[in-house]
Amino acid sequence: MKKEPIRIEKNDVVISIDDLGKSFGSLQVLRSLSLQVYKGENMVLLGRSASGKSVLIKIIAGLMFSDKGSVKVLGREVGQLSTKELDVLRLKIGFSFQGSALYDSMTVRENLEFPLIRNKRHLTRHETDRAIEGVLQDVGLLETIDQWPSELSGGQKKRVGIARTLILRPEIMLYDEPTSGLDPVTSLEIINLINEVQKKYDTSSIIITHDLTCAKFTGERIAVLLNGTIGRLGSFDEVFDTDDPAIRGFYNYNFIKDS
Amino acid sequence: MNQQTENKKNLLPTGKIKQYFIEVYEVARFITRFFKEIFLPPYEFKEIISQCYSIGYKSLALISVTGFITGIVFTAQSRPSLADFGATSWLPSLVGIAVIRALAPLITALIAAGKTGSSIGAELGSMKVTEQIDAMEVSGTNPFKFLVGSRIVATTLMIPALTMYNGLVAMFGSYLNVHANEMTSMKSFFQDAFSSISFLDIYASVAKGIVYGFTIGVTGCYKGYNTTQGTQGVGRAANSAVVISMFLIFIEEMIIVQIVNSIR
Repeated sequence: MKKEPIRIEKNDVVISIDDLGKSFGSLQVLRSLSLQVYKGENMVLLGRSASGKSVLIKIIAGLMFSDKGSVKVLGREVGQLSTKELDVLRLKIGFSFQGSALYDSMTVRENLEFPLIRNKRHLTRHETDRAIEGVLQDVGLLETIDQWPSELSGGQKKRVGIARTLILRPEIMLYDEPTSGLDPVTSLEIINLINEVQKKYDTSSIIITHDLTCAKFTGERIAVLLNGTIGRLGSFDEVFDTDDPAIRGFYNYNFIKDS
Repeated sequence: MNQQTENKKNLLPTGKIKQYFIEVYEVARFITRFFKEIFLPPYEFKEIISQCYSIGYKSLALISVTGFITGIVFTAQSRPSLADFGATSWLPSLVGIAVIRALAPLITALIAAGKTGSSIGAELGSMKVTEQIDAMEVSGTNPFKFLVGSRIVATTLMIPALTMYNGLVAMFGSYLNVHANEMTSMKSFFQDAFSSISFLDIYASVAKGIVYGFTIGVTGCYKGYNTTQGTQGVGRAANSAVVISMFLIFIEEMIIVQIVNSIR
C-alpha cells in the first residue's frame, strides 16, 4: 500500500492554532499548543490516551471552548463566532466520531438525509436521494441504505459516519480514531477511504489515531502530542527518527519491536 | 488544589450545599434557554408532532386502563362509607369531584413520569454518551431545540390532554360500577357528576396537567442531556428523571391546591 502524492498549498492555512490552552479543573490537558494545517493535507495527530487529542478537535469544531489561545478555521476565530456563524462554519467541517455516532433511531438513509434536509432545504426529493446514493456509493455501502445502524458492523458504521459528514461536502475532515476497534483488513479499507476522500472531495484533514499504519499511509505530516503540546512534527520518517522514549514507544508497540 | 482535596471538600456539607445551588442554577439556565430558543425560528413542528404522537397517542392504552380501574376502584371503595349514611346517590358527584380535581391529574402525571420521563432521560442520555448530540451539533442542527425543545413542548401539550382523557375514562369506569349496583342511567350519572364540577375545577385540572407536563419534560431532558459516565450514567439519568419528576409533581400538587382553594 502506498499513498499517492497530494498537492499541498502551504500558503493556504485552513486551520491555525496558536498558544492554545485547556484545563478541566486542576488537570491541564492542552498547554501552549500551536499547529497549522494546510489546504489539501492530511495531518495525523498522535498521542497517548487522555492526552487531549479529542479535546483539540472538539475545540476546532466548536464543541468545546479553549481557556486561552486562538483557533482559526478557514480564517474565522472559532471562539468568537456567534451560534449562527458557528453553524455556518460547521457545515464546512466534517466530524467523524470515534463511535460513529449514527442516530440509532434512524435508518442509514435517514441518517444521511438528516443533515441534508436541514441545511439544504432547496433540494428536491430526487436530488436528496441522488446525493445520498452518491456518497453511499463513494464509501461502498449503497446496499445498506435501508438498514438500521444496529444491523451494521463496526467498519460499516464508520463508513456510514464518514458518508454522513461527506454529504454536506465539507472542506475540512476531522477523524477521531477512525480505525479503533477494527480488524486490520477493515482498518486498511478505512485508510484507503480516508485517502480517497482527501482526493475526491479535496479535503484537508486532522486524523487522530494510535494506529501507526493509519498514520503512515494517510498523513502527509504527523504531529505528536506530548504533555499537552506538539512534541514533534514532520513526515512519518522524520518524526520517528529519534531516540526519545516517548516517541519510540509508539513505534515499537505498533511495529512489535523489543523496547 | 489536588483532586483528593477537592473530593474531600465536596463531601463536606458546605460542598454539597454548594453543589445543590450550582445544580439549581444549571436547571434555571436550562429552562431559560428553552424559553429563549423555542420562540425563535426555525421551528421544529415536525419533531414536535412526532413527539406528541409518541408521548400522547402511544400512552393512550396505559392511561385508559389506569383511568378505568381508578374509576371502578374509587367508586367501590367509597360506596360502603356513603351507604352507611344512605347517601350512595352522591357517588357520581363524589367521583366527579375527586377525579377531576385530584385523581386524573395526579395519576396521569405519575404514569407519564414513569413512562415518558424515563424514556426521555434514557434516550437523550444514550444519545449524549454515544456522541449523537455532538454529531447533530456539528452537522448544523441545534440539538437543544430539536431534541429538548420538541420534547418539552410535547409533554406540556400532551399531559393536560391525557389528564382530561383519563378523567373521562375514570368517570366511565365509575359509571359502570354505579350502574351495576344502583341501576343509574348514564345520563343521570354524568349529569350528577358534572353538576358538582365547576369550571374552576376543570381549569385547575388543565393547569395542573400543563405544569406536570412541563416538569416531566424539563426533568427528563435535563437529566438526559447532561448525562455523563457512559451507560451507567444513562441508567442514572432515566432513574433520576422519574424520581425527581414524581417528587416535584407532589410538591406542585400541594402548591396548586392551595392556590385554587384560595381562589375558590
